[in-house]
Amino acid sequence: MINKELVVIGGGPAGLAAAIEAKKHGVKDILLVERDSGLGGILQQCIHNGFGLHVFKEELTGPEYADRFIKELEDMGIEVLLDTMVIELTKDKRIIAVSHKKGLMQIQAEAVILTMGCRERTRGAINIPGFRPAGIFTAGTAQRFVNIEGYMPGKEIVILGSGDIGLIMARRFTLEGAKVKCVAEIMPYSNGLTRNVVQCLEDYDIPLLLSHTVVNIDGRDRVEGVTIAQVDEDFKPISSTEKYVTCDTLLLSVGLIPENELSKMADIKMDDITAGPVVNHRMETTVPGIFACGNVVHVHDLVDFVTMESQLAGRGAANYLKNRMPLGKHISILPGEGIRYAVPQLIDPQNIINEKQNFFMRSTKPMEKARLFIESDKDLIRTKVIQHIKPSEMINIELKKEELADKDINSLRFFLQEEGVADGNQ
Amino acid sequence: MEDVVIIGGGVTGCSIARELSRYDMKITLVEKEEDVACGTSKGNSAIVHAGFDASPGTWKAKLNVAGNKLYPALCEELDVPFKLNGSLVVAINEEEEMALHELLDRGETNGVKGLRIIKRDELHALEPNLSPDARAALDAPTGGLVCPYELTIALAENANQNGVKFWLNAPVIGIDVQEDFSLLVKTPKGNIKTKYIINAAGLFADEVSKMAGAEEYTITPRKGEYLVFDKQFGNLAKKAIFPTPTKISKGILVCPTVDGNIFIGPNSNNIEDKNDTGVNAPGIEEIIKGGKKLVPDLPLKNVITSFAGLRAVSNTNDFIIEASKLVKGFINVGGIQSPGLTSAPAIALMVREILLEEGLTLKEKREFIPHRPKKLRFRELDNEERQKLIKQNPAYGHVICRCETVTEAEIIDAIRRPVGARSIDAVKRRTRAGMGRCQGGFCSPRVLEILTRELGVDPLEITKKGPGSNLLVGRIKEFLQDEGGDDNDK
Ligand SMILES: Cc1cc2nc3c(=O)[nH]c(=O)nc-3n(C[C@H](O)[C@H](O)[C@H](O)COP(=O)(O)OP(=O)(O)OC[C@H]3O[C@@H](n4cnc5c(N)ncnc54)[C@H](O)[C@@H]3O)c2cc1C
Repeated sequence: MINKELVVIGGGPAGLAAAIEAKKHGVKDILLVERDSGLGGILQQCIHNGFGLHVFKEELTGPEYADRFIKELEDMGIEVLLDTMVIELTKDKRIIAVSHKKGLMQIQAEAVILTMGCRERTRGAINIPGFRPAGIFTAGTAQRFVNIEGYMPGKEIVILGSGDIGLIMARRFTLEGAKVKCVAEIMPYSNGLTRNVVQCLEDYDIPLLLSHTVVNIDGRDRVEGVTIAQVDEDFKPISSTEKYVTCDTLLLSVGLIPENELSKMADIKMDDITAGPVVNHRMETTVPGIFACGNVVHVHDLVDFVTMESQLAGRGAANYLKNRMPLGKHISILPGEGIRYAVPQLIDPQNIINEKQNFFMRSTKPMEKARLFIESDKDLIRTKVIQHIKPSEMINIELKKEELADKDINSLRFFLQEEGVADGNQ
Repeated sequence: MEDVVIIGGGVTGCSIARELSRYDMKITLVEKEEDVACGTSKGNSAIVHAGFDASPGTWKAKLNVAGNKLYPALCEELDVPFKLNGSLVVAINEEEEMALHELLDRGETNGVKGLRIIKRDELHALEPNLSPDARAALDAPTGGLVCPYELTIALAENANQNGVKFWLNAPVIGIDVQEDFSLLVKTPKGNIKTKYIINAAGLFADEVSKMAGAEEYTITPRKGEYLVFDKQFGNLAKKAIFPTPTKISKGILVCPTVDGNIFIGPNSNNIEDKNDTGVNAPGIEEIIKGGKKLVPDLPLKNVITSFAGLRAVSNTNDFIIEASKLVKGFINVGGIQSPGLTSAPAIALMVREILLEEGLTLKEKREFIPHRPKKLRFRELDNEERQKLIKQNPAYGHVICRCETVTEAEIIDAIRRPVGARSIDAVKRRTRAGMGRCQGGFCSPRVLEILTRELGVDPLEITKKGPGSNLLVGRIKEFLQDEGGDDNDK
């Protein structure tokens, strides 16, 4: 049995930032475990730029962004185990990991930070009828083939779903000489960041078909084409709008799912909407001493926010290790009208770190302009007008400790009310 | 010259191959696909039926009950997971409850042991997720579960160890009767001369029989579609839960798999195209509707995949297992629809008898090996065993498929075994890599890399499931140069 003060599971941007921050706040004995052969997680295959605008105030590529953290981690002498997969986690913070070098390891941690990230939703999960030929890839898998292995998984491509990785890959494929025929999105709005729609589709004249989906996949051995149709308000395909598009590849960019097999093994309470653990003001799950941050908690659209959240988790773990005192009363954070979810789901207002609390949330639908209401069960705390709201772009709001100081509040609710847009050229 | 050529590497052909491999003779199995278990034996309900369903007196009824009894020992011998979990046929109204008694009688006539009718309370205690409308059920304790492709592959591996040659990617395109009355089996890979042919070509058995000039019959494909749920809902049903059957089909069930998933399906629709294993939207709706009748609360958000299988229904509606009266040495094993998987071990014994009647002498081999090479499944071992294993072979410490916890060593083994894997799907059927909730998103590039290394080929040559299904179409930048040379383009 190996004993460790803190074990961080996952070496992507979340794990890196959390480990570094914990170390900065006095945790000495840290182990970071990563199943891949290098650190950086999914960032290593994101060779486009657009990372770091918030954290570093400059535009970096994925690997560049990761490298800054990897260097810092190495300089701090934080222990890392690569090619090592955690296969078990108990709520007593006992970890079983395997690697070809070290065999099977049993580790007893005093605190754990979960940073396993997410995986891509697949075809089965959305039930596209048709055959099961070669040529159906999730966008991330295709990205790995192109950017890491140097191979093209297709030449004529249709993309289903307008998630960010799909949009980025539309551009990548085009730059590599493949033809991206269209992106079909079942929702009446794009699921990616506006800047990606502009820079990856519009700039290359790739049509984005909103309220459209793939209703059939043709081809026995390799994809030969797909049938695309418009959908009605209930997302049911309208058969009179069916259109056949020849292609050799169907790329799926239909969403990401937090990867929480280990969290479930440890009996951590999950949030049905985010599909991640329920966390509190310091990113601690419902199992004391087990923390979680990054895409394993909820899917982020910007790595910068992952970093911020993970720094909080790192500090949270350091606090926990320093002072095992139980926390005070937690209040629940409730998503109200127009809000799909809010993270954290619980906070202990008296013990907020750094005198302020960040909340991340997503809207249920796009809104040109809306007012965000923040109210406790006692009274209205604050409102804020937000423009151009999209479910794909996370809303981030910071509350000060004194705004939450009323000892008697039991819950906090966020909701959105659409406000009329002035006529004119909005 | 071969003694026997078996056409078709499904569970029927492979069971026969394995059974005959006990004897001293030359056997070749020819299969049109790149692997065994690519036809109906890949896509079915995977139930080892108790045998109450088929009409008494039919081959289906006799061979079902006989096959069912052979299963536990066969699976033990070949190290194939088998679960004797039992089946339930559920009635939701009075009429159906009456029908259960008929089924019970029929089952007893067929020789099925242990059948009984259970009432509401016992039923709901057994299966708490059943619809509140479920009022009674026929309980068949001898119903079991097996992984049909794992069994088929195990049979093939063991037959191969015992000397049976496998020709893959070798569709039979013609059969000639030679002057010396031997038979010539023609494939694009070459021809094989043989004394006996066993036609176990599944959906295509009618065409193969016709090629040889033997008896004519027709095989109609009858499609069944399925949805598979994530393992976290593995407790939804403990037994195979059937609705009360109709005349054409056993109905849409809710059923566990031996690997711990739950599926719903199959529906039952005659189609024309014998290659059409596509899943369609109306079919999905149909099985969801059917599944909900039994278990109303289905985790439809957690479907991990869908698939379809085609029943090979003959015009006699029964198995056709007999020596041809027109072509000496040609034996038909056609129309092997459900319960063909269950019947396979008994069909193999029956074919052996037919060969004896047809004049083949069988001499038992002394060196027959009854077990296939040991197959280690990392996810099923305890931690001490895992530790030991990684010490012996570090590749067991390298997890490739994280959903199903499959290690590099298991994938290498799948490629190196007898009748080894040559494609991504073949690796998947042997190891479960890519069968979990991410459906290969994470591991397929890694499996591709291992296949490339093991087979010593270029990544561009690796296929999903045989010729024409290559995963990658070129190197990066390749298409750019293509276009650069063509000024007229755009
Ligand atoms: C929806 C469904 C559910 C079922 N459920 C069950 C169940 O729960 N329990 C049960 O016992 N049974 C079940 N069955 C039946 C069972 O799956 C089949 O009876 C069994 O798999 C048939 O095996 P086979 O080897 O005869 O056919 P196949 O598996 O189809 O094998 C035939 C092989 O022959 C090859 N072939 C064809 N033509 C040629 C040629 N010209 N040259 C060379 N090779 C050729 C094919 O490629 C194929 O590999 C079900 C079937 C279906 C479709």
